[in-house]
Amino acid sequence: MVHLTDVTKFYGSKRALGPVSFEIEKGNTVGFLGLNGVGKTTLLRILACGLRPSSGTALVDGFDVLSNPHEVRKRVGYLPELPPVYRDMTVTDYLTFAGRIKGMTADEVARRMPEVQERTRIVEVRDVPTGHLSQGYRQRVGVAQAIIHEPELLILDEPTHDLDPVQIMEMRAMIRSLKDSHTILISSHILPEISRTCDRLLILNDGEIVASGTEEELGEKLFASRTLAVAVRLGADADGDGDGDRAAAVEAARTAIARVAGVTGVQIPDSPGAEAGEAGAVTFRVEGDSDLRAEVCRALVESGHDVVSLNRAERGLERVFVGLVGKGGTWH
Amino acid sequence: MALAATGIIFRREFNAYLRSPMGYIVAAVVLLIDGILFYVMALNPPDGELLLSGQALGRFLYIASGMTAIAAVALSIRLVAEERQTGTLLLLDTSPVRDWEILLGKFLSALAFLSLITVATLYMPMLILVNGKISVGHILIGYLGLTLIGGTVLAIGLFATALTRHQLVAAAVASLITGTLFLLWPLAQMVGPPFGRFFAALTIHGRHWVGFEVGTLHLRDVVYYLAMTYFFLFAATKVMEAKRWE
Repeated sequence: MVHLTDVTKFYGSKRALGPVSFEIEKGNTVGFLGLNGVGKTTLLRILACGLRPSSGTALVDGFDVLSNPHEVRKRVGYLPELPPVYRDMTVTDYLTFAGRIKGMTADEVARRMPEVQERTRIVEVRDVPTGHLSQGYRQRVGVAQAIIHEPELLILDEPTHDLDPVQIMEMRAMIRSLKDSHTILISSHILPEISRTCDRLLILNDGEIVASGTEEELGEKLFASRTLAVAVRLGADADGDGDGDRAAAVEAARTAIARVAGVTGVQIPDSPGAEAGEAGAVTFRVEGDSDLRAEVCRALVESGHDVVSLNRAERGLERVFVGLVGKGGTWH
Repeated sequence: MALAATGIIFRREFNAYLRSPMGYIVAAVVLLIDGILFYVMALNPPDGELLLSGQALGRFLYIASGMTAIAAVALSIRLVAEERQTGTLLLLDTSPVRDWEILLGKFLSALAFLSLITVATLYMPMLILVNGKISVGHILIGYLGLTLIGGTVLAIGLFATALTRHQLVAAAVASLITGTLFLLWPLAQMVGPPFGRFFAALTIHGRHWVGFEVGTLHLRDVVYYLAMTYFFLFAATKVMEAKRWE
């Protein structure tokens, strides 16, 4: 559906994007994740034919954005960061205008209108001027104009921009409902939005794609060492001296884990990152160079401890993101 | 689709004039000043001079030409700059329409609204027609001139508004170009040939306007205004094309 080869964009001598190359299959929902100013909007606007790439080839459904922009525009629905609504028009008038300008006949627009308004849940405001709408409704109207002509590719640039938490949840639900009928590209610097709605992620930094894949794949790539979270119910006399001393029991369990070949680090409860688990259990974080779940479990049991749970530690997207862009804490 | 897109944009823009206070304010100011100046300069000249009906009509058309130019600048400066500022231009830029279709639709809507304002001034020449001796042809030629000069200044305004996202900057650029083209006429008379003839050929008023004022239609003048309109619309299209891909 989308095929980019070495696409760059320069503003004067300043490189805003690229070179970037990637492909997106029909029906996928792909998220572009990156901090503000890394080139997400530039990239999406090139695909929407609102910006000319400085070099490279960008194809949408086989049509080049430079040599066949009209064919590309017919196939693309674009929601910019600020919805492009005329504030003096009512919602229905505006959507009629948007549909007509995208090449639909008046009859086609009239037939499509109820479905679009229903789908984006703007039926109740259809006769209200868009200038009187809340930001949430305006954003939905923006989505409605993007899908009115039934584009194959839907490009949403920061679709939850400026929305409150309830509106963000509604927008996510709406995007999920559109996944069946469109290939969707979403940009955001808000991590949950991307991870909860997209099949695949492309992470941009400084105008380049630094990683791509599913959240899990990105986690695997970035955190090559395997981290386990092991909840252990300590043996009653783990240290063998009969007094049941807890500190000694913890140390004994740690030693048992550390002896496992391949373990590169164990965080014990007093250390940052290790915390008490369920009643009577202590959770260790175990770093290793491969999947060591079986070996760690065996070592603990053999040394007299009960393993209550053993999981690969969750690799949140935020950690992936921080690792890739090498910066921290500027997203929501 | 080409003309259809132009028609869709024309309707949106024309309705925007009718919905916004801006359109009514421009119309009210133009009609008020036209009316006052008509009374002061055409019906009751300050020096007590007695004017023939045709001269009074000519003086009215002279006044109206200036007011039409001012109204054209005021109506045109929002056409692209405002859309660029509010982000709605992105809707047009990412839709399958060409820049010239967008600009032609906007130009025609502004011309239609300006023509409405111009038509609303008709009661003044009608007063002269009823009470004096002038021909309907003189009025028609005069109003054709007003439409042509209005269209030319609208095209200049459209060129200016395509350049920027700031309406004030667009107003300044449009006023500068229009003012310069007006002032070329007195300048032409001051400097004499060969530059004088060159300036006279370029001026938007004076030489090309006088015929309409006295009720004489010269093809040369019509062609001048149409050519100037085309030139500035063409320039505006090129600016839009360049900016669309910026």
